[in-house]
Amino acid sequence: MNRVEEAANNNDQLFIPYIVAGDPTIEVTIDLARVLEESGAHILELGVPYSDPLADGPVIQAAANRSLQEGTSLQTVIDTVRQIREAGIKIPIVLFCYVNPILKYGLHDAVKAASEAGVDGWLVPDLPYEENDEMKKTCNEYGNVLISLVAPTSNERVKRIATEAQGFLYCVSSLGVTGVREEFDARLDTFITAANESSNVPLAVGFGVSKREHVARLHKQGYGAVVGSRIVKEIEKHETMLRDPHQRSKALLQIKTFVQSLVSS
Amino acid sequence: MQQSYPDHKGRYGPFGGKYVPETVMAALEELEAGLKEALVDEAFLAEYEEVLREYAGRETPLTYAKRLSEIVGGAKIYLKREDLLHTGAHKINNAIGQALLAKRMGKTKIVAETGAGQHGVATATVAAKYGLECKIFMGEKDMERQKLNVFRMELLGAEVVPATSGSKTLKDATNEAIRYWVSHVDDTMYLIGSVVGPHPYPYMVREFQRVIGDEAKRQMEQLPDAVIACVGGGSNAIGMFTSFLNEPTVQLFGAEAGGKGIETPEHAATLTKGDRGVIHGSLTYLIQDEHGQIIEPYSISAGLDYPGIGPEHAYLKDEERVHYEAITDAEAIEALVKLTQTEGILPAIESAHAVALALKKARTMTSDQSILICLSGRGDKDVDTIRNVLSETKGESHDEPS
Repeated sequence: MNRVEEAANNNDQLFIPYIVAGDPTIEVTIDLARVLEESGAHILELGVPYSDPLADGPVIQAAANRSLQEGTSLQTVIDTVRQIREAGIKIPIVLFCYVNPILKYGLHDAVKAASEAGVDGWLVPDLPYEENDEMKKTCNEYGNVLISLVAPTSNERVKRIATEAQGFLYCVSSLGVTGVREEFDARLDTFITAANESSNVPLAVGFGVSKREHVARLHKQGYGAVVGSRIVKEIEKHETMLRDPHQRSKALLQIKTFVQSLVSS
Repeated sequence: MQQSYPDHKGRYGPFGGKYVPETVMAALEELEAGLKEALVDEAFLAEYEEVLREYAGRETPLTYAKRLSEIVGGAKIYLKREDLLHTGAHKINNAIGQALLAKRMGKTKIVAETGAGQHGVATATVAAKYGLECKIFMGEKDMERQKLNVFRMELLGAEVVPATSGSKTLKDATNEAIRYWVSHVDDTMYLIGSVVGPHPYPYMVREFQRVIGDEAKRQMEQLPDAVIACVGGGSNAIGMFTSFLNEPTVQLFGAEAGGKGIETPEHAATLTKGDRGVIHGSLTYLIQDEHGQIIEPYSISAGLDYPGIGPEHAYLKDEERVHYEAITDAEAIEALVKLTQTEGILPAIESAHAVALALKKARTMTSDQSILICLSGRGDKDVDTIRNVLSETKGESHDEPS
């Protein structure tokens, strides 16, 4: 069984943090992967920075810019995953990557290289159901899963997408882009219930999940939680310390404490 | 080949499609259904034509550029005068069509992106006319460069929102407009200004711009030997070409922005120098680096300064039905001056790219042949830029317009 599937099936309080690879540096990303694993994350969603991230809000855009300035590319991220594995970190990794860098790399080559480096799945936010055939086939050929997204506006699309979902079904909690939100979209419960009915895989909810109460509420209902912007914001706050070799471990510890506070209910 | 595309997936050969987040898909499906209904609704089409006639100023004249043709020597040059439309460019054709569609679909708000401000002004104009709430996203840098258009949009009652992400220009304004639309799809229509974006936008904008070529074809006594238009996203070009695609004797040419030269990094020659990829929801040609990051293009003309191109153009290039050539800033300005001084017509710098390419072609043709140019807009908006370029050429110093 694929590592993502295994993690999704075996944890009823699924916790999936998201960070941007190379934010603020590749070295720190490797440390963060370890910190997140130790904090109780079940799957790591690793963002590949992109110049035009349509689905992302300001926090993740800023992180992507920091990373791009470090020279991070899809190739760098694949190499980073290899280093993460070499460092003995076993957490399943899903690459969150816009389609253009994948096409430029060569779809088949990218999936193959990533899989060999230790990637377990992909999430391509601008590759909807109608366009994802080739990506899905290629992922599966290399033992990876392709994660699908459903949104509160998906309506009759939910069933189609949910029945074919792999690993876990990523439910977008509200309209709009990724980001920190106070409240969830009112349609959330109805929509998630509908998605759950059609899905053969566990659900994880993301976009706007930013507080311990959000995570606790989702876990109580039996759904996984994806936390992105809120953790990325915490990394941004510690940028200077993370770049400083003398202060890095202190920063990592503070981030670890914060992440643990998100999941301890 | 005409009208056999896009296919049901919004594809022009391999190009086009819908590469957008799932959050937008439902809105695109709704738009597709609404558009399909509207385009066969005679009352809708009649209203669109009436507004084009009585409000925008259609049909636009076809002008024979007699002195220009004689001076250049060679083919007779005809100009399709989209510059004479209300708000000064072809953009209004599409803005009217989409605003009427928004109304028909029960949307009360519209959102749009703009580069130089022409599409923004056209959108703010129709929003004022139909009482729609209007938000225009514009790159922070472009707002600095085009202060007058920002004021025009605000005067028309629109809210101009600075796009502060990325390179702070048109591509980022488009990203921001899409992001905003994603969060407000219930009551908001996204009014794209060119034949770009996910399906059905390239198709819809073509249908609202094809009036240019349909009219011109009727107005020409006989088929032209060549038809030439400038391409940024490519809406005036598609509008002009569509009627002629099935006429094998008519050669079609697109003039891209060659900027400071396609051998330099400063250009926006997407089809000449770009390669395949996805931008703003569509598989097409685009200017990108080796890692698939989109590169900010350059052109003296803010309207051609776009790193992508409509997917139908990508297809027409690969099919070799349309030939695309790059025109440099200098060539465009030279052609602009020539047209202004021989015909008393000041074209937009965008349209001057088409004129420049036409001058090159005309010289190689004979006087019994003809060239039809889409003169997509007027140059009043560019007077500052032109003055600065010309005084630089003369070696004088001039302050940048601010």
